[in-house]
Amino acid sequence: MADALHKSPILTVSNLEVTYYTDAGRAKALDDVSFTLNAGEKLGMVGESGSGKSTLALAMMRMIKPPGRIEAGHVFVGGTDLMALSDEDMRQARLSKIAYIPQGAMNSLNPVIRIGAQLVDALRSHGIRDSRAQIEERCINALKSVDLDPAVFRMYPHELSGGMKQRVCIAIGILLQPQVIIADEPTSALDVVTQRQVMETIDRVKNQINAAVILIGHDMGLMAQFVDRVAVMYSGRLVEVSTVREMFTNPLHPYTAALISSLPNLQNKGVFQGIPGLAPSLLRLPSGCAFHPRCTKMMEVCQSTRPLTRTLESNRLVTCHLYDAVV
Amino acid sequence: MILRLIFRRVLFLFVVIWCASSIVFIIPRLSKTNAIRERFAELSRTGGFSPDDLEKIIASYSKQFGLDAPLWQQYQDYLGNILHMDFGYSLNRYPMTVTQVIVTAIPSTLGLLLVTTVLSFLIGNFLGALSAWPKAPNWVRAMATPFVLLTGVPPIIMGVLLLFFIGFRLQLLPLGGAHTIGIVPDGSLSSYLDLLLHLILPSLALILGSVGGWVLSMRGMGITIQGEDYVNFAEHKGLTGKVIFRDYYLRNTLLPQATALALALGTVVTSAIVIEGLFGLPGIGQALNSAIRSNDFPVIYGIVLFITAAVATLMVAMEFVYPLLDPRIRNQ
Repeated sequence: MADALHKSPILTVSNLEVTYYTDAGRAKALDDVSFTLNAGEKLGMVGESGSGKSTLALAMMRMIKPPGRIEAGHVFVGGTDLMALSDEDMRQARLSKIAYIPQGAMNSLNPVIRIGAQLVDALRSHGIRDSRAQIEERCINALKSVDLDPAVFRMYPHELSGGMKQRVCIAIGILLQPQVIIADEPTSALDVVTQRQVMETIDRVKNQINAAVILIGHDMGLMAQFVDRVAVMYSGRLVEVSTVREMFTNPLHPYTAALISSLPNLQNKGVFQGIPGLAPSLLRLPSGCAFHPRCTKMMEVCQSTRPLTRTLESNRLVTCHLYDAVV
Repeated sequence: MILRLIFRRVLFLFVVIWCASSIVFIIPRLSKTNAIRERFAELSRTGGFSPDDLEKIIASYSKQFGLDAPLWQQYQDYLGNILHMDFGYSLNRYPMTVTQVIVTAIPSTLGLLLVTTVLSFLIGNFLGALSAWPKAPNWVRAMATPFVLLTGVPPIIMGVLLLFFIGFRLQLLPLGGAHTIGIVPDGSLSSYLDLLLHLILPSLALILGSVGGWVLSMRGMGITIQGEDYVNFAEHKGLTGKVIFRDYYLRNTLLPQATALALALGTVVTSAIVIEGLFGLPGIGQALNSAIRSNDFPVIYGIVLFITAAVATLMVAMEFVYPLLDPRIRNQ
């Protein structure tokens, strides 16, 4: 771990900003998001619905569709700034540098063509001109690496179970050995047993190709088991990035603390502690810190001034006025 | 398994044809008019017939055509004859048989309908698919709009407008008929070219109004498909636009559009009756039209049965095409 910190990161996201231009006004879905990730590291991305987790994934893939727009920022993958690439180069970079494993694996495969064809076209579209036999072998190896039978190559999506479809999506994701894999709630539609199998599969293939993994989701239990660090998002802003252990034992941001204490535990069964209030609309964000109306440690400065992101000891990031004095 | 399916479908086909033929048998008979009597009543107006002789002639012809037998007997004979593909003689164009009437009328209609339906299907779906595709050039969208506007114009009005402006005013194309007077349809190249020239305006009248419908349905379908997760994921996979368009987008719009095509081929006969009448084309529509006007039962039976059988067969054939288009249907 100490080694990893000194390596130059494989992924650097800096000041990423995305705005949706709606009829009701401009909604800043991502506001000044910056973080880094090392090869082989797993980052969990948590937050309420609408906090910008999926937008972050789409922005990193440069797949934000109108009326959304990436306003500013850089995404460096292994030294290449994805934001500076031409459309064609970005297309080539998808899957080969940065891969995306989709949220709804149930419907993410084309129902009318064979699984094999959906792996082959990914390779062909990235300029791989091997013979048919070689390409097929490569695809079958990818299927095997996610514990799927080679026979799946000749099957159609409707012949597979949900877990198998999710594995196919993972196999596609690792086909070109990308340096970064973004998995957007890859297990949200699966039962817990399959969930675990899929997560273990992601873990294993990640180790094979030493990729950095960003896992998006709101299942804190799943996060705690599988990721190294957790990033917490609120209203399009990154409020805290800590290791899993630090976050559960000593959460820095009041929102993180509220999230942790809202988890049901075995000591006081049946008692649920929610976070009072609702997540604010992106169209009408509170002044200052977006969390201040719901915050238990709200100070005067929180209402007027936006907190800056600070790096604390052991490389933890936090965006909160409570830590203004610490640095 | 597959044999049982085929058997069931063919059985279904026969039931459909039987129902249609029964309805066709009953409806003209409800009108209480007698084709033979009317024909001779018309002839007798020119004189030279004594009323007694007329009755005798009518009785003899009725006997010859089997119209004097009780209804159930006629029905029985009728079904038996259908099984032998024998629809009898045309009352009006005797001694032509109904089969001969149909066979002479078919090529013109089949050519016109098939070509126009398939062409408007292809043009409409091409424009519709592209107009829903965000990266499509603007001229495609510009082209789709006038076709959609023309959807409101019925083929008959379109035909009249085309005839007036292109045929009559500009004199670019012939005004009607299937052949220029003096040219015999002998199967030579020049006679076919002449036929082709005569079919341009009726084809345009049928195509111009029907492309818009395909544009709209395809556009709607296309927008739905583009919202599908697999199209999204295809883009995440870094596929080229061409592959996404062809294999992920177009391929998935095909099944519902193919169903619509089969249905359109069934209903297009209606507009053929109108258009063939307007342009004086010797097709099925024209034959049916004149048969209805002269109470020519056997020809009405023959043509309606022929159309029903053709459409029903097309539907059954379609059911065997579906599995080729959509693997999800294959196992059922």
